[in-house]
Amino acid sequence: MRLRRGLRWCGLVALFALVLLAGCKKKPVAPPPTPPPPPAPAAPTATLRANPSVIEQGQSTTLSWNSTNATELRLSPAPGSVGPQGSTTIAPDRSTTYTLVATGPGGTAEASARVTVNAPPPPPPPARMSMEEAFAQRVRDAHFDFDKADVRPDARVALTQNAEFLREYAQARVLIEGHCDERGSTEYNIGLGDRRANAARDFLVSLGISADRVQMVSYGKERPVCTESNEDCWQRNRRAHFVLLK
Amino acid sequence: MSEATNGMIERRKQPMARRYGFALLGLVTLAALPLQPQEDWFRTGTGVGVEKVRLAVPAFAARSPEVQHVASVFYAVLRDDLEASGIIDLVSPSFQPLQIPSLPTELNAAAWAQPPSSAHMVAYGNLSFAENQLQVSAWLSDVRNPQAPPVLAKRYRGDLTELQARALAHQFADDIIERLSGGLPGIAQTQIAFVSDRSGNKEIWVMDYDGYNQRQVTSYGFICLTPRWSPDKSRLAYTAYERTSASNEVARTSIHLYSMVMNRRIAFPFLGGTTTTPAWSPDGQGLAISSSRTGDQEIYVVASDGGRMRRLTHSPGVDISPAWNPRTGRQIAFVSDRGGSPQIYLMDADGANVERLTTGEGYAVSPAWSPNGQMIAFAWQKGGENFNIYVMDVATRQTVQLTRDTGRNEQPHWAPDGRHLVFQSTRSGRNQIWTTLADGTGLRQLTFAGSNTAPHWSPR
Repeated sequence: MRLRRGLRWCGLVALFALVLLAGCKKKPVAPPPTPPPPPAPAAPTATLRANPSVIEQGQSTTLSWNSTNATELRLSPAPGSVGPQGSTTIAPDRSTTYTLVATGPGGTAEASARVTVNAPPPPPPPARMSMEEAFAQRVRDAHFDFDKADVRPDARVALTQNAEFLREYAQARVLIEGHCDERGSTEYNIGLGDRRANAARDFLVSLGISADRVQMVSYGKERPVCTESNEDCWQRNRRAHFVLLK
Repeated sequence: MSEATNGMIERRKQPMARRYGFALLGLVTLAALPLQPQEDWFRTGTGVGVEKVRLAVPAFAARSPEVQHVASVFYAVLRDDLEASGIIDLVSPSFQPLQIPSLPTELNAAAWAQPPSSAHMVAYGNLSFAENQLQVSAWLSDVRNPQAPPVLAKRYRGDLTELQARALAHQFADDIIERLSGGLPGIAQTQIAFVSDRSGNKEIWVMDYDGYNQRQVTSYGFICLTPRWSPDKSRLAYTAYERTSASNEVARTSIHLYSMVMNRRIAFPFLGGTTTTPAWSPDGQGLAISSSRTGDQEIYVVASDGGRMRRLTHSPGVDISPAWNPRTGRQIAFVSDRGGSPQIYLMDADGANVERLTTGEGYAVSPAWSPNGQMIAFAWQKGGENFNIYVMDVATRQTVQLTRDTGRNEQPHWAPDGRHLVFQSTRSGRNQIWTTLADGTGLRQLTFAGSNTAPHWSPR
C-alpha cells in the first residue's frame, strides 16, 4: 500500500512540475523574434489648486497648476490654453469650478478646483411702503375758518383721506393737535383748538374709525407754524394736525 | 372837556383828553356809598377822602457807615412805593425845608406844614447797624397837629442786604398807606406771577409788584400758562403741557399746583381732556377749572386735591376762564362762545342762573373781579380795534374803557388794594407786563426781556 501511495504522490508532483514548466516555458512558436516595442507613453498628470478657495465677491484668487507628460493644457472656463505649469490670478464674480485638462500622448488627465465666491445678498425686491412713509405721504392737516371749528369741504377731503389711511393700517394710532392763529386770546384759543381737534376726531369716528385710536391735545395759539401777520399764515395755523403715535 | 366835578361823570360820551381813558374820579369807600343803578354815572375808587394826602418824605439818616449804601436804596424804594400808591401827593424834595429830622424831637412841624412844603404828614427816620442787623427807626407825624404824638412809630429789622432794605421799605410804605387810606391795604409787599419766554420756553415767573427781583419758578422746557395765586399766597396753580411719551411728540394739558413755601410741585391729578384756566375759590379750598373731558370745554369745580369734581356748565361750545367773586364766593364769571363769539357770562357758584354780562358785540374775554366784588375788568376787541382793557360795574353793567389806541391790551387783574390793575400790552413792541391805577394813570412797565404775558397779582 505504502508504495502505491508514494508512487501516486510522485506522479502528482511530476505532473505538477510539468504543468508548471510547461507554463513557464510557453513560447509562441513561429515568427522570428521582433524588436521589443517602445515603452508605452506615460500618462499625463495634472494638478490644479486655487488659493484661497473662498473669496468675497470682488476679491481675487490665484490658480496654480502643474502637470507632467502633457503637451496641451486647457484651463477652463478661463484662461484657456496654458503652459504645463503656471499660475494666474482670477477674480470670478460667482462661484466657479475650474478644470484643467492635460492632454498628452499618454492620454488625458483632468484636475479641477472650485472657487467659492461669497456674494453680498442680492438687493431686496421693492418692499411695500412702511407705515411711517405712508403716513407722511398721505395724512394731511385739516384747516378751519377763523373762530370756527366746523369741518369745511376741503377739511372733509383731508379727513376722509386720513380715515382711509387708518383703515388700511389697522394698527396705526394718531394724535390730533388743535391749533389757532395768533389773533384770539391765549385762554379762549386753548378751548377753540380743543374744539377743532374734537371736530376732526368726530368726523373720523363718523367714517368708522374707532375713537380709541385717536388721542387729542389743544395747543391754542402756542405752537404756530409761521408768525407773519397775514391771512396766509393765519390760515396755515388754523388747523387740526395729525401725528402718528409710536 | 373831560374833567369831572364832584367825582361824577356823565355816562354820555365825553371827548377823550387823557391818553388812557377818561378819568374815573369819584372816590368810593368800601363800606359806604352803595352804587345807585338808576343814575347815569358810576364811580370807582382810588382811595378814600376827597383829596390825596400830601406827604413829605425827607431822606433817612444813616447812623453808621455800614448802612450808608442800603440807606439810599431804602429811601428810593420808600418814595417809589408811596408815589405808586395812588393816594399820596408826595412833596417834591426841592420844596422841603433844609433841616432833615431823623427823630421826632428833631421835627419842626411848622416848617413842614407851611409853604412851599405844605405837607399834611411827614415820614422820617434813620437807619442804623445794631446787634449785627440793619435797623430802621421810622415815624409818621401829622404836622398840622404837632401836639399829638406820631401817628406811627415803627422799628424794622433785617439782614444788612440790599434785598432786605427793599423789603423793610416796602413794609413801612404799606404801614403808611394802610394808615392814610383808612384801612385799605398797601400793595408794596405783593408779588406778580406771570409767563415769560425769556428762558427759551414759556415758564411761570414771579416778581415784586414793582418789577424788581424777577425769578423763574418752573423749568419744564415746554409750555406753562395761566398762573393764579391761591388766596393765602402760598400756592400757584397754572396750566402745564406735559409730554406723555419719550418721543416728546405727544402731550396733554393739565393743571399743576406749586408750593411757594416748599418750592416744589404739589400732587394734583390729571383730570382728563384739555384741562386749563384754574381759578382758586376765595376760601382756597377748591378750584374752578375748564375741562373737555366730556368732549367739550365746560366749567367744573374741584377740591384742591383734585377730588370731588362737580360740573357747572352744560352748554355746547367753549366754556373757559372762570373767575370767582372774591368777596362773596357765590358767583362765577366765565367766558363762553355759546352765543357765537366769546363773551363774559355770570352764574351762581352751583351753575345756576347763567346770564350774559357783555353786550355780545365783538370778542370779550379775561374776566377779573375787583377785590370788593363790584367790578369786573376784562379785555374786549370790537369795531375793528385792537384788544383794550375795560372795567364794568356789575350791578349796572356800565363800562368804562381803560386803555386806548396803544397796542393790544389783555389779561387784566386787580391788585388787592382795588386801586391798581396789572395787564399785558404790546404797546412797547412786544408783549410786556404793565401796571396802572384804575383811573388809567400811573402806568408802569415792569418787564423788558423776552415776551411776558398772563400776569396775576398776589394777595397781600
